[in-house]
Amino acid sequence: MDFELSEEQVLLKDSIDRFVKDNYSSEDRIKLSQTDLGFSRDHWKTMAELGWLGMAFSEEVGGFGGGAVETMIMMESMGRGLVLEPFVSTVLLGGALIAEAGNEAQIEAIIPELIEGNLMLSFGYAEAQSRFNLNDVETTASKSGDGYVLNGTKAVVYHGGTADKIVISARTSGASRDADGISLFVVDTDAAGVDIRSYATVDGQRAADVRLENVTVPTTALLGAEGKAGPVIEKIIDRATGALCAEAVGAMTAANEITNEYIKTRKQFGTAIGKFQVLQHRMVDMYMEAEQSKSMSDMVAMKLDLGYEDDTRKAVSAAKAQVGKAAKFVGQQSIQLHGGMGMTDEYSIGHYFKRLTTIEMLFGNTDFHLNRFSNLS
Amino acid sequence: MDLSFTNEEVAFKSEVREFIENNLPADVKDRYSRGIHFTKEGQERWQKILNSKGWLAPNWPGEYGGTGWTATQKYIFAQEMGRASAPPPMPFGVSMVGPVIYTFGNQEQKDYYLPRILQSEDWWCQGYSEPGSGSDLASLKTKAVRDGDDYIVNGQKIWTSHAQHANLIFCLVRTDQDVKAQEGISFLLIDMDSPGITLKPIIGLDTEHTLNEVFFDDVRVPVKNRIGEENKGWTYAKFLLGNERTSIARIAQSKLRCEHLREVASAERVDGGLLQDDADFMRKLNQIEVDLMALEYTELRMLSKIEHGETLTAEPSLLKIKGSEIQQRLTELLVESLGMYGAAYEALEVREGRNDQNFAPDYAHGPMAEHLYLRAATIYGGSNEIQRNIISKMVLGL
Ligand SMILES: Cc1cc2nc3c(=O)[nH]c(=O)nc-3n(C[C@H](O)[C@H](O)[C@H](O)COP(=O)(O)OP(=O)(O)OC[C@H]3O[C@@H](n4cnc5c(N)ncnc54)[C@H](O)[C@@H]3O)c2cc1C
Ligand SMILES: Cc1cc2nc3c(=O)[nH]c(=O)nc-3n(C[C@H](O)[C@H](O)[C@H](O)COP(=O)(O)OP(=O)(O)OC[C@H]3O[C@@H](n4cnc5c(N)ncnc54)[C@H](O)[C@@H]3O)c2cc1C
Repeated sequence: MDFELSEEQVLLKDSIDRFVKDNYSSEDRIKLSQTDLGFSRDHWKTMAELGWLGMAFSEEVGGFGGGAVETMIMMESMGRGLVLEPFVSTVLLGGALIAEAGNEAQIEAIIPELIEGNLMLSFGYAEAQSRFNLNDVETTASKSGDGYVLNGTKAVVYHGGTADKIVISARTSGASRDADGISLFVVDTDAAGVDIRSYATVDGQRAADVRLENVTVPTTALLGAEGKAGPVIEKIIDRATGALCAEAVGAMTAANEITNEYIKTRKQFGTAIGKFQVLQHRMVDMYMEAEQSKSMSDMVAMKLDLGYEDDTRKAVSAAKAQVGKAAKFVGQQSIQLHGGMGMTDEYSIGHYFKRLTTIEMLFGNTDFHLNRFSNLS
Repeated sequence: MDLSFTNEEVAFKSEVREFIENNLPADVKDRYSRGIHFTKEGQERWQKILNSKGWLAPNWPGEYGGTGWTATQKYIFAQEMGRASAPPPMPFGVSMVGPVIYTFGNQEQKDYYLPRILQSEDWWCQGYSEPGSGSDLASLKTKAVRDGDDYIVNGQKIWTSHAQHANLIFCLVRTDQDVKAQEGISFLLIDMDSPGITLKPIIGLDTEHTLNEVFFDDVRVPVKNRIGEENKGWTYAKFLLGNERTSIARIAQSKLRCEHLREVASAERVDGGLLQDDADFMRKLNQIEVDLMALEYTELRMLSKIEHGETLTAEPSLLKIKGSEIQQRLTELLVESLGMYGAAYEALEVREGRNDQNFAPDYAHGPMAEHLYLRAATIYGGSNEIQRNIISKMVLGL
């Protein structure tokens, strides 16, 4: 057992920390999030050049063979800077699904392009009625001639508006909420019948509702075996959830540093407000929540590198439950300790609060994961 | 001790309910029920309707245009307003400076300002906080120096809510540097059009403009615009804060939010059923409702004390702490009830009360905006930490 990073891992962490330092000052990030795109294609190119987009893929598919630990390192550093580029959507969701379930032709067509930074992906799995249940799929795909016809609406698809292709979960058989009978399709965003409505999310990112109306896709768009995608989706979402926990740890750590610095310098009643014991203890609680989350995030990354068992699933839910609770507490108290300053959009702390708020919901909120943890126990 | 309403009170309740139902403009109601910031025009329209009925300022003494209602009637009225999603009048005039003017102002000030508040001719804003003086309000530095019949005011206020709509600002200013901080403060009424005043907007977390910085550069203010005595402003300021704390508990509005949450829970689908069948979710909602009920009866108990001529000390702090925490928990739960649609936030669209880019249900448009703004509920009006300090000092003797 060892929680320390290897030399190579330290280099990886340093390079991302440097990128964040150079490109993600609070002002830069606010400006970027307000552009139409909501992120920078130049940054995306840089990420490709530095090898980060290929890090999580195995060497067989053209990647650099990093594991969940490398992903954790990258996500934590990106979380510190609230990085906006669609890394999770493209690499950890869309790309990971293709690498996991795709055939050789599909992998060859997509993954190298993705690693080069030329192709962006996104994953449409949630629907209005599904909340966090991945098997609650009412979008349908029916066989027709040489392909499938897709119908349905996917809700809050992160980066759906900027993706070149969206992986869509659709039901090819079974009743809604059956684990069996779900299939994955790679859909071009410019295909006929695809209506993408993009909007901002509160964390400064972009999401879209994706309506599919008689969208015809060829059989080659089917990812993996028909009707057997349920377990693939669960696994990839679990891996992404682990990564999201790391992002949250980075964001909480940064928020705590900013808040700690603030209460040391802000003076009221002739003294730094950090001298008031009630704020000291609050800050201590925030620090402890971040530390507890870091432990869970590291644990889950290492576990994910050992395989994917029931025990792994349970660990993911435990980590997300801890992180969800912590993200809420740290985010909200960071604002509280800043007083009025915390309420201004110009200042950095509010943006940490907003991202931490959405992290709590993403891939299942705290109650959802507590229940899943209980069901797996 | 008796909880029941008399026949007259029951009749009064129907009268209030009917009046609001028939007169509250639909657009005003819609914004308020979604938790979206008002428009000045809409707010004014509604205030004029209330005033035409004589109901704009129920708490004011009858001689100044109040209603002369009993505490029970005032309670019923507040409940009915909340229940109907009717926005209360802007607090700065009616609940803040108005009572200061009729309690401490001179006859001329009463005659001039009070009717103008009732008729919504004046829009007030509150110039208390400064960059260096938030929780420690008494340390304020904005300076007023006598020059004949005028004061010359220099300094800066911050976090001034809705100053962009206001034509008047009530300000705490320092008129004596050489005494204990609290003893050198005066309370001035200042025309926002005075030369030397500039406004700078502050954009909030919800990307809305409600907050401002107000700068004073050699602003001349007639001495006759001072309330009460020079250097006694702190007394008036604290009197006002006590009123502010009670009115920001917003119990009736929170009750309505609970009801709204039950409606959302009966519409939101989860696992093939409805959110209202989700025990975890409902437990959280039930817990808030119980806490809210405890707060409501605490408020009633305090109202009854006032009715019997007792004066309150730190009790309003309790209402403020519990009321604001409940407001935050309610919007948080409302956001949670929306699943991932809670994250969708198109500020520009939300401002108009809509976000048509997604296919979310109608009730999903607004809650996040309110959730963001209401983080301030535990900060403004004296932060909850400060309120706890007040209770520990004044009630518990710590
Ligand atoms: C079951 C038990 C076993 C014990 N075993 C041992 C033992 O084997 N050997 C031994 O030497 N002692 C032992 N103790 C004593 C223990 O270490 C003391 O009880 C402890 O240090 C607290 O001291 P106190 O009881 O005097 O409480 P106090 O120090 O009077 O504290 C009372 C309360 O005030 C709070 N408080 C005090 N100072 C501060 C501050 N600066 N800021 C904020 N809050 C403050 C405390 O947290 C506590 O809540 C034991 C105690 C218990 C209950
Ligand atoms: C949305 C909004 C609207 C507002 N509207 C107005 C307005 O219209 N007019 C106006 O004058 N002001 C307004 N305010 C200002 C508000 O009154 C102040 O923000 C508030 O008094 C806190 O002051 P501050 O922001 O300087 O925070 P600070 O006083 O710096 O407080 C920062 C943190 O330190 C804590 N703290 C400070 N002192 C102590 C202590 N002794 N013990 C323990 N903890 C302490 C606080 O609780 C807070 O968590 C508004 C503020 C907001 C956010």
